Amino acid sequence: MSAARPSFVTAVVDDAAVHRLPLARWFGTCLAVTLLLTLGGLLVGTSSVTTSIHWLFAPNAETSLVLWQIRLPRTIGAWCVGALLGLAGAIAQGVFRNPLAEPYLLGTASGAALGVTIALLASGASIGALAWAAQLGLTGAAVVGAAVAIVLTLALARGVLQTSNLLLSGIVVGFLLSAITSLLLLAKPQLWRTLQVFLLGTTGFLGWRSTGLLAVVLLVCALPATLLSRGLDALTLGEDTARSLGLSLPVLRLALLGIVALATAAVVGEVGVVGFVGLVAPHLARETLSVNHRHLLIASPLCGGALLQAADLVSRWIVRPAELPVGAVTACVGGAYLAFLLWRRTRDA
Amino acid sequence: MPELAAEPRTPVPALACRDLIVGYGARVVLDQVSVEIPGGSWTAIVGPNGSGKSTLLRALAGLLVPRDGTVRLQGRRLGDWRRRERAQRLAWLAQTPGATDLTAREVVALGRFAHGGWLAHRDVDDDAAIDRAMRATGSQRWAGRRVSTLSGGERQRVHLARVLAVEAAVLLLDEPTAHLDPPHQEDVVRLLRSQAQGCGVAVLSAIHDLSLALTADRLIVLGEDGLVGQGTVREALRADWLSQAFRRRIDVVDHDGAWLWRPAVDGAPDG
Repeated sequence: MSAARPSFVTAVVDDAAVHRLPLARWFGTCLAVTLLLTLGGLLVGTSSVTTSIHWLFAPNAETSLVLWQIRLPRTIGAWCVGALLGLAGAIAQGVFRNPLAEPYLLGTASGAALGVTIALLASGASIGALAWAAQLGLTGAAVVGAAVAIVLTLALARGVLQTSNLLLSGIVVGFLLSAITSLLLLAKPQLWRTLQVFLLGTTGFLGWRSTGLLAVVLLVCALPATLLSRGLDALTLGEDTARSLGLSLPVLRLALLGIVALATAAVVGEVGVVGFVGLVAPHLARETLSVNHRHLLIASPLCGGALLQAADLVSRWIVRPAELPVGAVTACVGGAYLAFLLWRRTRDA
Repeated sequence: MPELAAEPRTPVPALACRDLIVGYGARVVLDQVSVEIPGGSWTAIVGPNGSGKSTLLRALAGLLVPRDGTVRLQGRRLGDWRRRERAQRLAWLAQTPGATDLTAREVVALGRFAHGGWLAHRDVDDDAAIDRAMRATGSQRWAGRRVSTLSGGERQRVHLARVLAVEAAVLLLDEPTAHLDPPHQEDVVRLLRSQAQGCGVAVLSAIHDLSLALTADRLIVLGEDGLVGQGTVREALRADWLSQAFRRRIDVVDHDGAWLWRPAVDGAPDG
């Protein structure tokens, strides 16, 4: 390399730095990390890691039950939850053209919380309601609550024409439903602890059934999302330019927000409100990979999945043999990561 | 040439609007404006700040819903076109095209969206059009760079390439020479002229720089009270539309065959 490099070479080199990792290496790294975390998910638990390794090689009926029916579905389920949140977050940030948009911005979290609260209240109220609640389950109640919140948000914003109205409506509906939840809890304070577990999010109850359901939802969400990725690319040029390119924004938004709604409702129903993953995963993907949305909508779920697996591991490890709610871990790690991003941005500016 | 009809039939203009009324809230920006943009020529919109140059372009592009009046693209009302077909024929460039994390080539490729749509992968035609557009604007050098890392002028040329890549019959450009230094402004002007004269495209651009606008084929002159006039540059100068639009603050002079503007010698103070 000569000392007097022409300026365009430095420009190209700078840009190579912006490009970060090449695609193949990125996905290779991500896969390796995910496999390692899955292995970790198998080995970490109330027993020590060495005991778990023994179990792995010399299984008996009881230990293989622990490994394959409890730990494996849990860590894969955690991956699915993270992937769904990563996908929903990347879509939300693209639709709202706002790096702070996140999956719960349509009010789904508050809606689900209200649904669960009502189900808990009702199940204690009468025999009939108990049967009804058992039929629907807390999962069903959360999904219904989330769906109601989305419908309310869309109605309040009068459709999807104005993204700023949608954002505001999501906030208003979120506050409103949270307020109702709080009022209901005043009547029955003993429900507060149950609800808190749900609000913090926990991967502890994930079995094969839930994990299978989450995987199906992930597929149903991810396939159409990648097909719509060009629309998200066009949106980065501004709404008017996107329209001038021949895009129908209302149709695009409705389809994409439908995906966000489905993904978050499934997550909230199965594990509760796990925060920050949907916000951080797209940033992590963008930081490490040069991305258009076709790549981002694959990379962000992969990041989210790995993130939540890691958070799940930490939540099991840190206060062994007890557990932390996984949402508490994601909030700490995610918050720290965002603070780091912000610090770097203000330093560079 | 087709046979000469007894009554000379005026060809359908590439783009035209009739009695267009456009406003924001209580403010009416364009009041009953009718213009015609013929194919094969470059028309510049000039006028003082706030006279509605961008608004006219956005209304013609179908991005604003007019309160009244019609816009016709190739003789057919804008609303009657299918979205995709319209976007193949009519391309629009925003005044300040945004920064994006996409690479320059990915941005230019979005110009082909109307030709492929959601599922279609880019084909050979698309790639050829993208290459042509990037070469024509000299933006192929930073094809692989993120647009957000480019300078204002480089960005402008990438977006210009995106508009050219559409290969539309009508180009609507809001200040395409903004952010560019004089040599590159000249490049853009040459490009617009070659699009109009070489490819038969109807080019309509709002241009801030009057001397640059005076090199266009035709002018649409907007004043604070609406349309002052439209026609060839020569007609505009003969009828003195420019000094009307700018409240007699400017003069246009002939400098060795090029029209240049200067502050009016006997200009009345503003207000």
